[in-house]
Amino acid sequence: MKVKYFAWVRERVGKAEETLEPPADVRTVGDLMAWLAGQNETYAHAFETPRVIRAAIDQAHVKPDTMIAGAREIAFFPPMTGG
Amino acid sequence: MTAQVTIRIQEADFDIAREIAVLTRARTDIGAVVSFSGICRGSEAGEAIAALTLEHYPGMAEAEIARHADTAMSRWPLTGLTVIHRVGRIVPGENIVLVLTASKHRQAAFQAAEFMMDYLKAHAPFWKREESAGGSGWVDARDHDDDAAARWTKS
Repeated sequence: MKVKYFAWVRERVGKAEETLEPPADVRTVGDLMAWLAGQNETYAHAFETPRVIRAAIDQAHVKPDTMIAGAREIAFFPPMTGG
Repeated sequence: MTAQVTIRIQEADFDIAREIAVLTRARTDIGAVVSFSGICRGSEAGEAIAALTLEHYPGMAEAEIARHADTAMSRWPLTGLTVIHRVGRIVPGENIVLVLTASKHRQAAFQAAEFMMDYLKAHAPFWKREESAGGSGWVDARDHDDDAAARWTKS
């Protein structure tokens, strides 16, 4: 699945997007954040406060307990400041 | 006549009078047009702002604004709705966002415009980076914006 990062999440991760294949036991958005945080210190720093990170699956907002199976694109970003 | 919904995300500035003219052209069923434009201020908490840079999630930003527009169209009898959101570098005094609503009577136009702005500020995937003399940093989202969006939820 494609994973995209925006704003300071992108700056901390160091890239705007990547393709990931998480293991089968990574089932929800929350699981994915925790799995990423466990990959290395860079991801750990980006996802150190998961409750301030928002997520979208296939360009629609989702909650952390949403299943990721079948997702084509997942995005992680801070709370929005548009308008 | 069918309602006209226009959603654009662009770097260029917009001309409010022109956009109103497009919305009202050749229609005789519009009695009210409400316009909201968001503008880059020159200071924040006493510190001068040099510029804002707006980042967005291409694809989702348009889709999310379209979802809000669909909700507004289903809740109020609008004849037209326009949202233009700029991205890129914006300096104080410049336009950031435009919401136009058109309806037969004013109540729908006023309420739908406020709804669109409250929802856009809470849910549309844009992020502001602020440049000032002290450096640059990401603007924090405000709980106030989430609260403003929540008050439109029907109980």
